[in-house]
Amino acid sequence: MLMTKLFSIQNKKRDGKDSLNRKFRLSEFLAENIIKLVSFTSFAAIILIFAFVFREAAPIFFPQEKKTLSTEFQQSETYGEEPAQSTQKTSQEYASSNSGASDVASFKNLTQKEWQPVGENPKYGLLPLFIGSLKATILAILFGAPLAILAAIYSALFASKRLREIIKPAIELLASFPSVVIGFFALMTIATFFQSVFGFTYRLNAFTGGVAMAFAIIPIIYTVTEDALTAVPKYFSEASLALGATKWQTALFVIMPAATPGIFAALLLGFGRAFGETMILLMATGNAPLSTFNIFEPVRTMSATIGAEMAEVVFGDTHYTVLFFIGALLFVITFIINAIAEFYVRAKLMKRFRGE
Amino acid sequence: MIENHKIVVENLNLYYGKKKALNNVSIEIPSNKVTALIGPSGCGKSTFLRALNRMNDLIDGVKIEGKVLLDELDIYNKNIDVVELRKKVGMIFQKSNPFPKSIYENVAFGPKINGITDKKKLDEIVETSLLRSALWDEVKDDLNKNGLSLSGGQQQRLCIARALAVDPEILLMDEPASALDPISTTKVEDLIFELKKNYTIIIVTHNMQQAARVSDYTAFFYMGKLIEFGETNKIFTSPSNKQTEDYIRGRFG
Repeated sequence: MLMTKLFSIQNKKRDGKDSLNRKFRLSEFLAENIIKLVSFTSFAAIILIFAFVFREAAPIFFPQEKKTLSTEFQQSETYGEEPAQSTQKTSQEYASSNSGASDVASFKNLTQKEWQPVGENPKYGLLPLFIGSLKATILAILFGAPLAILAAIYSALFASKRLREIIKPAIELLASFPSVVIGFFALMTIATFFQSVFGFTYRLNAFTGGVAMAFAIIPIIYTVTEDALTAVPKYFSEASLALGATKWQTALFVIMPAATPGIFAALLLGFGRAFGETMILLMATGNAPLSTFNIFEPVRTMSATIGAEMAEVVFGDTHYTVLFFIGALLFVITFIINAIAEFYVRAKLMKRFRGE
Repeated sequence: MIENHKIVVENLNLYYGKKKALNNVSIEIPSNKVTALIGPSGCGKSTFLRALNRMNDLIDGVKIEGKVLLDELDIYNKNIDVVELRKKVGMIFQKSNPFPKSIYENVAFGPKINGITDKKKLDEIVETSLLRSALWDEVKDDLNKNGLSLSGGQQQRLCIARALAVDPEILLMDEPASALDPISTTKVEDLIFELKKNYTIIIVTHNMQQAARVSDYTAFFYMGKLIEFGETNKIFTSPSNKQTEDYIRGRFG
């Protein structure tokens, strides 16, 4: 009896207006598609920037398209493996300010040891710039990483909850410091201080720049390390403590090893950030493109070179192209580093917790 | 009836912030026996267990009053070294939690942090601990395998081996078999039976049959209070308290 009654009720419902047919919901449709549009816009922006940078840098790979202004230098124009472009003369759409004897971005020219983009005989050696970037970045990591990691260990594993709620945002606030402010501080204060303490020959040098840039990368290394440490399941530390390990032993032998991939990712992200950082280094490193490994001499980094020279370069010139080429290089390097940090390390971290 | 008390708890009160989680608990836990703590969820039995090796210290805002005497020594005394206490009072958790290291490293972890570096000695401890936790035969050929690659039941026995390696006197078990299949559960229960010869065991369980099977004494907790404590036989056949009887008969909880 009861069953038949129930069935009849159900049937009534199915026959009535409240059918299960799909309905079109306008608000739902709009919301979904607007969000989709926005996310694709940001994606498209990245692709466009990428395409633009590489397009502007492209002429470097096709040097024969580059034409010269003057005939007098025709003979000496054969620089490196460049074949003499002979007869083609005058009136070019490229207005080259350099009476380009060797104004060609050949492989040989790009790999030499000097960067003198403006002059009779422009030299586009990227080596000093690359060394400069590397020096400043490694110094920044050396100063910043220990501080950031130790701070992360303290706030994630030792500090009381209340203290952690003060420390964490305070350090993360450092990330919102405009880099020009850090650069200014380095230029005026840190540089003077270090010179008076260590007696540097050059007031602005790689060391000063590295220390200043450490401020810029501390927040990023700190945050990612902190997250990696707190992401280690609590039952690991409980097990360790219940075995009579001290807090420090637990941190060192249980939590740190479990979080290593995350800490490695933090370092890589810090490296990527430092490698692309411009303003601090432009202000605090002295900007001399020297090919030396002495950390107490001024350096010029790849990014600072673009920052300093792009505004004054002739549009479409070799110099212009080379600067874009540097930009593309920076892009590729930071992209690779971030990609490693993102994909490789994350996969490894997950594997570890699953015990493979 | 009980001659030898390992742990004597007197008027223990425990607060999480303002919430009172344990209310005036007094209990005398005998040596070399298995004592089961039963009661509905949130009755304070896990809290009580964690009070015995001061794992509650790790939680912010916990306040404790009363005395917990371990071999007549108050473990909440200011002079007590928590690290030393936890070496004496081992703990097995509900979710098996081997470290993401090899089986060998898992068991050797405790001895190593206690400063034992001699390889031979460590080998010996690892072997005896795994033998005692009845895992040796299953893993002796691949001690370098990651502890997390073992099955759930094996992982739990690995955790027991790891706890045994620091040579505790008491083992606290917080629902050690709740996440295990029946066969693994049987193995862990057999193990508990074996272990009580050498250790005092206190086990929290939701499983009434398990309490009846493995324990010599049973304590029934309800709303932060110890309602009844006595020999398991008596508790399960003729409880003196109405609430205990209702709970055991499955009328609530």
